[in-house]
Amino acid sequence: MPFIPHTEHDTATMLEALGASSIDDLFDEIPERFRAAPLALPEGVSEMTMMMDFAARASRDDNVLCFAGAGAYDHHIPAAVWDLVSRGEFMTAYTPYQAEASQGTLQTIYEYQSMIAKLTGMEVANASVYDGGSGLAEAALMAVRASSRKQARTLLLAGGLNPRYRAACEAIVQHQGLTLRDLPLARDGTLSAEALRAALDDDCAALVLAQPNFFGALEAVHELTDVAQEAGLLVIAVVNPIALAVLTPPGEWGRAGADIVVGDGQPLGIPMASGGPYFGFLCARQKLVRQMPGRIVGRTLDADGKTGYALTLQAREQHIRRGKATSNICTNQGLLMTAGTIYMALLGPEGLRRVAGHCHGQLKALLAALTSLPGVMLTYPAAAHFHEAVVTLPVPAKAVVEALAAERILPGVALSDYAPERTHQLLVCATERRTDADIERFRAALARVLESLTAEVTP
Amino acid sequence: MSDIPAELKYIASHEWVRLEADGTVTVGVTDHAQDALGDVVYVELPEIDVVLSAGDEAGVVESVKAASDIYTPLSGTVIAVNSTLEDAPEQVNSDPYGDGWFFKLRLADAGELEELLDADAYAEVCDAEG
Repeated sequence: MPFIPHTEHDTATMLEALGASSIDDLFDEIPERFRAAPLALPEGVSEMTMMMDFAARASRDDNVLCFAGAGAYDHHIPAAVWDLVSRGEFMTAYTPYQAEASQGTLQTIYEYQSMIAKLTGMEVANASVYDGGSGLAEAALMAVRASSRKQARTLLLAGGLNPRYRAACEAIVQHQGLTLRDLPLARDGTLSAEALRAALDDDCAALVLAQPNFFGALEAVHELTDVAQEAGLLVIAVVNPIALAVLTPPGEWGRAGADIVVGDGQPLGIPMASGGPYFGFLCARQKLVRQMPGRIVGRTLDADGKTGYALTLQAREQHIRRGKATSNICTNQGLLMTAGTIYMALLGPEGLRRVAGHCHGQLKALLAALTSLPGVMLTYPAAAHFHEAVVTLPVPAKAVVEALAAERILPGVALSDYAPERTHQLLVCATERRTDADIERFRAALARVLESLTAEVTP
Repeated sequence: MSDIPAELKYIASHEWVRLEADGTVTVGVTDHAQDALGDVVYVELPEIDVVLSAGDEAGVVESVKAASDIYTPLSGTVIAVNSTLEDAPEQVNSDPYGDGWFFKLRLADAGELEELLDADAYAEVCDAEG
């Protein structure tokens, strides 16, 4: 019996009312190239056969020594995080419309908002968004709405923004009449105040500034924030939450602090899981709260004067504000946000600082080991780094990634995937999980690979 | 029955207009509107010096259960806004025709006043809505 209670007659009646001849007509808007091919599923198999097959597929991603970052990071996740998140109360909770039936979920979100606001140095946080990239798109739309320049439609993007975030942002905002303008990178891999000043005009609503940036370099956030804000722009900070334990939080950038902060919560207890799902965080100044997208939970008192939690400022949202809502997204990434909250609660400020410090120390050890090899150099030696950096290799980075795959080492991300001219550049990362022995294994393997690849090109 | 002062003019989207002695007008939302909205928690007002045409959106009034656009009943330039609503939006509920006013306009065309509803006509609008 089908679970969808539409008879053929029902469907025909609805199609007739819509003036469509088939259900496929309703999807005309979607270009052919974006349509999924029919799934080529085999005949059903037993549970045992399926489990063995899937375990074999999953093992292709397992036991790889990972020095790749570029937006997803291989941190240690305390066992308690997912043991707690897997409880039914968290696992099956739906969006908490009914405050009287959802106090636990609402309080969890409230605690999350409080923690992430404190970590970023901001006044308000929403209940999370899908991921860092979609969060940036929401922040861009929010900045244009909040800008005192009513006609401004341009976002300035520091050249060190993650290209995947840029692509996600562009996919969403291009249809809202916004323009993204890329600023050049200086020789040290960061944005210079001169380059920012040169790009300023009356159509600019905001500057998007990542810290650390995609190339692992630390930007001069105080000076850049001041230059942008003095020119009437809002500043959108894109940050790594672990790095915030040791770097100045965006709320304290420059004289006035960033206006909106977004980032991906994956480093906070979320497994890399071949690319997702993750969660995004979005924080802002109190004065911008009515322009924020998404759910926001507030703390209040009930009729008996007891503390209670409820969704608040809902007049921003779609179910009330319809087409004029601040976003078409009326939900949050509840389960992953809960994992992030438990992770932050388990580690505390001191634990986060130790993780961040350990990452930074291991990156220094990694860079020292790699640059000891002939022809391997830091691409941006003048820049300061957190746990990621670019190295220039004597051979194409893509070839190194492929050669080391045979040794179950993921040496980093070949930047030619993002910028064709960066053929020899490899973006490497070290988290607290990369031991000195791991680094030595990588160094030795890279030495062998470079020797054989160099021998191939110089007979 | 809501309070509909006889000396004011109205439009069907529940804004009221008072013609002041100096020829400017004051605009707010009616007692019927504030009652339908419930407790007002936030009011977004137009900017001073903005030029509006009759029927333009001039702001937003937000209550605990709804958010509604405010429309200007007449064309003109915004010469004052009630900034006390920023900290005390509940004045819209307690005194919709007094301390709860929204903004003042210098009219572009005083002839537009003739097109507004009088108290009896507006009462019929409210009755029709039930």
